[in-house]
Order: sequence, then C-alpha cells, then structure tokens
Amino acid sequence: MNTSSSTEKKIKSRLKGTGYFALAGIPAVWFLLFFLIPFIIVLKISFSEADFSIPPYTPLTQYAEHILNITLNFTNYLSLLSDNIYLYAFISSIKLALFSTVLCFLIGYPVAWAISCTRQSLHGLLIMLIMLPSWTSFLIRIYAWMNLLSVNGLLNSFLMKIGIIKEPLIILNTNYAVYIGIIYCYLPYMILPVYNSLRSIPHTLTEAAKDLGARPAKAFFKITLPLSKRGIFAGAFLVFIPVIGEVMIPQLLGGSQTLMIGNVLWQTFFNSNDWPMAAALAIMMLIILMVPIRLFNRMKATEELIRE
Amino acid sequence: MQQFFINLRRSYLILGFVFLYLPIIILIGYSFNASRMVNVWTGFSTRWYAELFNNRELLNAVWMSVRIAFSTATVAVILGCITSYVLIRYRSFRGKAFFSSMVTAPLVMPDVILGVSLLLMFVFLNQATGWPETRGSLTVWLAHVTFCTSYSAVIISSRLQEMDKTLEDAAMDLGAGPLKTFIFITMPLMFSALAAAWLLSFTLSLDDVVIASFVTGPGATTLPIAILSSIKQGVSPQINALATLIILGVSAITLVAWFFVRRSNLNSTHKGITQ
Repeated sequence: MNTSSSTEKKIKSRLKGTGYFALAGIPAVWFLLFFLIPFIIVLKISFSEADFSIPPYTPLTQYAEHILNITLNFTNYLSLLSDNIYLYAFISSIKLALFSTVLCFLIGYPVAWAISCTRQSLHGLLIMLIMLPSWTSFLIRIYAWMNLLSVNGLLNSFLMKIGIIKEPLIILNTNYAVYIGIIYCYLPYMILPVYNSLRSIPHTLTEAAKDLGARPAKAFFKITLPLSKRGIFAGAFLVFIPVIGEVMIPQLLGGSQTLMIGNVLWQTFFNSNDWPMAAALAIMMLIILMVPIRLFNRMKATEELIRE
Repeated sequence: MQQFFINLRRSYLILGFVFLYLPIIILIGYSFNASRMVNVWTGFSTRWYAELFNNRELLNAVWMSVRIAFSTATVAVILGCITSYVLIRYRSFRGKAFFSSMVTAPLVMPDVILGVSLLLMFVFLNQATGWPETRGSLTVWLAHVTFCTSYSAVIISSRLQEMDKTLEDAAMDLGAGPLKTFIFITMPLMFSALAAAWLLSFTLSLDDVVIASFVTGPGATTLPIAILSSIKQGVSPQINALATLIILGVSAITLVAWFFVRRSNLNSTHKGITQ
C-alpha cells in the first residue's frame, strides 16, 4: 500500500517533470529554429560566392563522382579586410556610435536628473512622456527631421527670417543630420536607465554631504554621479549597440559621405544582390558587437530598463 | 543658490521636452496645410486626410500590418509567459543559462543582423523542405514573434520575480493543479505585465521596417515598408496625415494604459495603507 502510493507519487512527479520540460521545449525550439540556426546559416553562406542563380550564391558542398567537395571561399572576408570601403564603414560606424553615445549622455543625463528631482507624483507621467515618442513610429520620427532640415525646410526658413543666416544651411544628407537623428531617436533609451539609477539613490546621502559642508556641485560629482554609474553604462550600451547596426537614419538623413556598416550591409544585400558578402558583413558586425553585448548582459542592464 | 538649481532643472526639463516634441508637433501641424509644399503654410485643410482614405495601397498596408501585429503580440505574450515561467519558477536545469541568454539575445541584436539571418534561414528551409513556399506575411509574423517574445519575456519575468510565490503555493496545497493555479492565481496577479507585454509587442511589430524588408516577399507590403518607399521619394503631406493618425492613436492607447496601471497601483497602495 505504502510502496504503491510512493511509486505512484514518483511516476506522477516524473510525468510532471516531462510536462514541465515539454513546456520549456516550446520556446527553446522556437529560438533554436528562428534565432540560433539562422546564424549558422549566415556563417555558412558567408563562405560562398555570389552567383546568378536562385538563391544568388554558390553551394558550399558538391557531390560529384562519389566525392563530397567542400569549397570554403574566403574572398568575402579578404575583401572585408582589403576593400577600403568596408574598413572605412566599420571605423566610421564605431566613431559615429561613440560620439552619439557621448552626446546622448550629455543631453540625457541632465534631463534624467531634473526628472528625478521633481515631485514623486510627477515621475511616472514625465517618464511616460519621455518614452511616448519612441512608441510611435521610428520612421515617422526620422521623417519629421527630413521636413525640418531640408534646404528649404522650416529650420532654414526660420533662421533666415530672424536673420541669423543669409544662405540656407545644408544639413540634410550630411553627418550632422545623422547625429541629430540618432540623438533624437535614442535619447529616451539613455534617459530611462539613468533616471532609474538616480531614483534609487537615497536622498539622505546627498543631504549628508551637504550637511558636512560639500557644495552642491561637489556633492553631485562625489555622490550622485558615481552612484548612477550603472544607469549610465546601461544607457550607453542601449545607445551604442543599436546605433552600430543602424540602417534607416543614415539612409534617410545621411549623404554620400555617411558610411555606416548597417546601411552598407543593406545596400550590399538589396542593391548589389550580393548575399554572401552581406552575410560576411553581418558576421563581422556580430564579432565587433560581441564585447559590448557580453558586458551588457553581464551587468544585467535590461533590469535597469524595466525597474518601473 | 537654491533658486538657481531649481531654475536650471526646470530649463533642462523644458528643453528636453521641446526637443522631443517640437518636430512631432510641427509634423502634425503641417498635415493640415492646404499646400503641397511642406514649408509654406497656405491655409487649413483636411484634403490630405481625404486623399489618405482613398489611397487603397496604403490602407491595405495598414490592414496587413495590424493583422500581423495583432497575431504577433498574442503569440509573443503566450511564448513570453512560458519562457518567464521556465526562467523564474523552474528549478535550475542543465542548459538554463544557455536558454536564458538565447531568449534575451535578440533584445540587443541589431535589426539588420536579425533580418539577414532570418531571410537566409527561410531560403534554406525552403530549399531543404519546400516550406515556407513563399515569403510574405507568414515569414514576417515568424520573425516578429521571435523578437517580440524576448521583450515579453523580460517584462513578464520581472513581474513574476517580484510576485509573492506563497499565493501559488497555497493554491497548490489546497489541491489546485499547476494549470488551474496558473490561470486563477498567477495570471490575474500579473495582468498588468501581460497587458504591457502585449502592447509593446504590438507597437514593435507595427513599427518594424528593417526585419520586415528582409523577410517579406512580393505582395506583402507592411505599413512601414510602404511609408519607407514613399518618404524615399521625399516629403509628402499625405504621409504627414498618416503620421498624425499613428501618433495620435499610439498616444491615446498609451495614455489610457498608463492611467489604468496608475490607478491599480494607487488602489493597491491604498489597500496596503488601510490594512
């Protein structure tokens, strides 16, 4: 009696275990199929050659006369290293992403700080208003700046009307427009984590510093800024990583001198129809992003975003 | 000195909000401009809205995007729920860390990489198995569910983590099975997280242009793809009108959701105080 019920229990728990694992299996299989395996295929295709066939690349393996031939083609990676266009695109993407991260920090930090200093009851509303534009369409926000920045756009006509400039400024289709677009689109992703880390600093600390004679500026640089480091790093990664792969902003706001690797990949794929080269570019981008992504995951920065 | 800091903060706030909202407000304003030229104001008119509602191609794109976004959000929340349950409530199993990093990786992956890899995978699958036969709304949906599940999982697991597990344990002790416990105890407790995940997935799917451009096929033009091809030709007042409708729609939904969440938070703090 006793033993039979214990075996029954065991079987039940065993069944429950399989049930649980079947449940876990659904998302696991989904992500294997639609996230992990695709990367292996990208890696594979990056070693083949563009071809006028459907799909437009040569097969890696050929089975001829009972011999399996595997042809690994390193041309794509060689041209990544030797062709100045690609090298330049990588360097200039990293440069653009770094500068815009710093600019987002310089503009976003004061705003986040100002929000964290308002009445507690206002915080939720203000943060919601900061995030609201980013929930509307990304393309439309870029489009808004195309309206403003063009040669006969509103910014130029406004500046000429009040007499600051006589000739219209050429901003659209230059790197200036790209910077403006990136900062505009990614600023909320800097403000939110910085605000979250500022909010968690106890007021007593800064007040203690002031009571002990520190001037407000000193209290800020000695207490507030170091304690919000986590938020700053989270925000920096949240800006830097997607900007490296940004396609739409350089495509719509940038000009001929704007070279960003995401956009180069897009053009290689859609305009030159060179799928293997695009695959190689994706692999290279992934390698470059590996370090920031690892750091980002290690600090569990996503938690910084949703600690609402 | 104190006054100086208060003024400084106030001006930062005002400047920040002006920067974020002025371009959008100007865009909305010029959607009511009678002239085709976007920089000259010639008078108030709603003609661009009328033209928009006669633009069949654009309306079809809107309908396609809404359908994809709706089914994406629904499936992504279900998958996200399962994922969070596995991540937070399961005892650790072999490969849990790997599972966790695989599920959250799409969050930090640039769209071009996701788009190119999914397209190559669909082409490969098609060659190997004949499925999917063509690329179109199905492949866009599969791609969207993948990255929206990651977002849903992050939102839902943070709620699940802070939730009191004793309530679930109590239900189980009183004889409710795991499924019953989940439906009657866990789900109601994390309703706001589920709603937030659904809304975020919906807007992300509705907004995606890069991934959809890669994985879509002939005949399946989503709204962002239609907008992109239109604004590549330059500024057009019809797009201003469409943008205005999108912005107002999203803002209205967000405000309503925000008020609901706030009210439920206020209610729960109130209850806490009276208890």
